[in-house]
Amino acid sequence: MSVSVNLPTVLRVHAGGTKTVEAEGATVGEALRDLEAKYPGLVGQVINDEGALHKFVNVYVNDDDVRYLSSLDTPLGPSDEISILPAVAGGAVDQSGFPGEAA
Amino acid sequence: MLQMPKRAHDVMVAHCLVGMPDEACGLLSGNPDEGRVTRCHPTGNLAASAKLYTVDPKDHLRADRAAEAEGDAIIGVFHSHTHTEAYPSPTDVNQAPDPDWHYVIVSLRDTSPMVRSYRIVGGTIEEEPVVLTDR
Repeated sequence: MSVSVNLPTVLRVHAGGTKTVEAEGATVGEALRDLEAKYPGLVGQVINDEGALHKFVNVYVNDDDVRYLSSLDTPLGPSDEISILPAVAGGAVDQSGFPGEAA
Repeated sequence: MLQMPKRAHDVMVAHCLVGMPDEACGLLSGNPDEGRVTRCHPTGNLAASAKLYTVDPKDHLRADRAAEAEGDAIIGVFHSHTHTEAYPSPTDVNQAPDPDWHYVIVSLRDTSPMVRSYRIVGGTIEEEPVVLTDR
């Protein structure tokens, strides 16, 4: 089955600048791996060497984060849409001077 | 340079103050070519920590769609440093997701919030001026 995959700006370089690409697959993992043949380099940014989702991306089916579904095994329906966004995180934790932190 | 409407600036700083004592975070949408913010999108901090932030992925998706509906894109992220200066920490640099984004830090260390913006490309930090606009 064919689904749309929305790419974040940092991954569009692998797809000729395209925002939305089409993929075939019955699950999120199948659909993402289907993209590898068409857009080399793209999937390596999303799935790690162990075959799991990289921690620095978030993948959604429609409105839902697949980490709260079945991750890469999440099944896809005919009108489903996959979105990929960067995980955005950081903080002051490594900065010296935080009260209570050892120097 | 990062141009930001005063209203978006105020929404951002208010979200950071309300989030105390934890770090607060959110996303900025606008025109990526002009470095001009249109809107501030406060998000939840899943880390719920005074030292770390993680933008709630559901809020990120919502902000991304809202930006797109306005013909904009997410062009940056802001977060607060509750006890340190408004300068990117090694954590901020290592986890910067997009070299095209603007990284805004709101320091709440002193009585008056301090807002500064940076570009983070390949681990190199470069500060940029923040210009507040009427619209």
